[in-house]
Amino acid sequence: MQARNARIGLRLFAVYLLFYTGFVLLNAFSPETMRSTPIEHVNLATIYGFSLIVAAFVLAILYGFLCKTDEEVQG
Amino acid sequence: MIYEPSVIAVVAFLAFVGGTMGLSFYLAGKAKTSAGYFAAHGEIPWFVNGIAFAGDYLSAASFLGICGMIAFYGYDGFLYSIGFLAGWIVALFVVAEPLKRLGKFTFADALDAKFDSRGIKLVVGISTLAVSIFYLIPQMVGAGVLIQPLLGFPHWVGVLLVGAAVVTIVVSAGMVSTTYVQFLKGSLLVVFSFILTMMILAKGFTVQEGGMDEYKFTEAGPFLISELEFEGDDSPDLAGLKGSILPRTGEWAKLPYIQTMYFSKNTEYTYRISPINDTEAMLIECQTFTKTVDGNILVNGEPKGTKKGEPELHPVGYISKLPDGEKETGPLGPVEFFQKFHQSEVILWGKDSFTAENGDVTAIYYQKPTAGSEVMMPGNHPKFAGIRGDKLIPKLNFLSLMLALFCGTASLPHILIRYYTVKDEASARKSTIVGIGAIGFFYVLTLYLGLGAMVSGAMDVTDTNMAAPLLAKSMNIWLFAIISAIAFTTVLGTVSGLILASAGAVTRDLIMNVGGVELSDQQQVKVAKITSVVVGGIAIVLGILFEGMNVGYLVGWAFSVAASANLPALVMLLFWKGTTKQGIIAAVWVGMISSLGWILLSGDTFTSVYKIVGHPGYVPFSQPGIVTIPLGFLTLIVVSLMTKKTNDGTSVETT
Repeated sequence: MQARNARIGLRLFAVYLLFYTGFVLLNAFSPETMRSTPIEHVNLATIYGFSLIVAAFVLAILYGFLCKTDEEVQG
Repeated sequence: MIYEPSVIAVVAFLAFVGGTMGLSFYLAGKAKTSAGYFAAHGEIPWFVNGIAFAGDYLSAASFLGICGMIAFYGYDGFLYSIGFLAGWIVALFVVAEPLKRLGKFTFADALDAKFDSRGIKLVVGISTLAVSIFYLIPQMVGAGVLIQPLLGFPHWVGVLLVGAAVVTIVVSAGMVSTTYVQFLKGSLLVVFSFILTMMILAKGFTVQEGGMDEYKFTEAGPFLISELEFEGDDSPDLAGLKGSILPRTGEWAKLPYIQTMYFSKNTEYTYRISPINDTEAMLIECQTFTKTVDGNILVNGEPKGTKKGEPELHPVGYISKLPDGEKETGPLGPVEFFQKFHQSEVILWGKDSFTAENGDVTAIYYQKPTAGSEVMMPGNHPKFAGIRGDKLIPKLNFLSLMLALFCGTASLPHILIRYYTVKDEASARKSTIVGIGAIGFFYVLTLYLGLGAMVSGAMDVTDTNMAAPLLAKSMNIWLFAIISAIAFTTVLGTVSGLILASAGAVTRDLIMNVGGVELSDQQQVKVAKITSVVVGGIAIVLGILFEGMNVGYLVGWAFSVAASANLPALVMLLFWKGTTKQGIIAAVWVGMISSLGWILLSGDTFTSVYKIVGHPGYVPFSQPGIVTIPLGFLTLIVVSLMTKKTNDGTSVETT
């Protein structure tokens, strides 16, 4: 079970890492991209930032859910 | 600005802080043994622990620092929110469960579970102390910030009060009470920040011509630039200015400012010369703040007053234009808030400073009308401005900070010890998820709070840290009292957690394990309490020394040191079988010394801490993480490979 949890954890970590790295690199090397407004008068910087916060919570819940199922199977 | 105490605020504040202290004394009875003192017997329910994570983590840096940075520089402050939260992903997915399996009381116990080495305990004990003290500085600075507008005391009194209160809490109780204080405070902070956000949305935006005191800064011109350059008493008569202009001499001549004076009243004004073409300029009124060599403070050229109505800096921060010529928006929805803001114009304030020949230091604050769409872009803060340019070094500095924030959370000793307060790995995991939920929600609110503060008309140009409490004060005095009390307990809670982590490190890692001193349970608790008093004393002194630096920025440094010293050892121990004890010891030493050294030699430290303005420092950029974190990993791998053979022969059975 420990190994399985660790595997799930690392995969979700990789997903988030990619998402975060994209944000940081965009800010550093192409800040003007952040100026675009995917929603009228709300720029990409705001949307991406909020998405990172929401994504962290969604992945955390997903992880909790996957590990929990696993424990029930074991238990 | 002048801060006068309000009776309601003081009473509500004292009641709240008193209640918290009372709770901790009540719970103190439950912590007579060392297991209770350091780890609350491992009996804290996961939900409580999760919210306590939020309480521990949402320190003065988040509440005061981030809100302040957003209020003064816009989006850049929000980058800290994003980075601080992202770090929890490392904590949850990589570190939480294995760490819970390995350790008992301190971070060193966990690292050392496999090797039982004094060398590891020594270096990890020291790194815990170093990180905790670094993290304590912004908390103590934050304490001083809170006390000032609330009780009207000077900064150092605030720092001293927090120091004393915290030492009392820690000495009397330990982990149980600290956890419940954190739980209480974490919930209240999130709930009241939400209420404040709702109030900001309900209020909407209103076009104003000045801050809360309705002082209107003058703007006059255009004038010929050549007219402004004159000598002697032959002052030209320029319409629309307050008083007559003075000749530009000394340091003033080197900067784009001109002073005027009403000779009859002996009052002085400063205007920024803002060219509109090659020959003409507008003159826009500024505010000045001078610290004279003999220690006096002059505000706009006059001695600073002590009571309302006497000379003080004017509160600032307002919307100067709304889209479509509107005067006020009325209540706004959460998305509409950003849409309106994006199309508005706000008055931000820039700063110039100079030292006169007689040694007086003057800061000049000038208006910067800025488009809302610009405020919502990264790169407005002077320390982030480089990301908009073409040079690589400022971009590396930014990447370095974002890396340190990402890696730092999972390396903070006072966060790590919280994993030992729950009963098993599942509880560790669940409490982290609850923590992420509460912390993430709070960070979403920071952008509303920061922008709300930016246009509240209540900002103090000299101190970014004051933004959140002043925002609350502009809304409602009760709310201000409650928010200040929560923020104060925030500081109390975080500082207690840090002092406890330091006390654990000194008692268990340094004295018992490294020093080889056997201590009974009671003696351990006693030594830990003595350590708490000493660390508390150090924190008080540092908190006074670092007054005025943005606390969010200071925390960024603590994250760099934590990530560089602790993360390589922790991650490699969990995921690489070839890790040796020599590798761990070397990595922690190298990571800690290199990151600390880097910070102490950086240009930012020379400017802000040693007060040597303009010194570039001895390292290419200020944030060490991007160099020192990989350096820690590299050291661990190289040393482990070099020492692998001896370890294979001696410690196979222990693994």
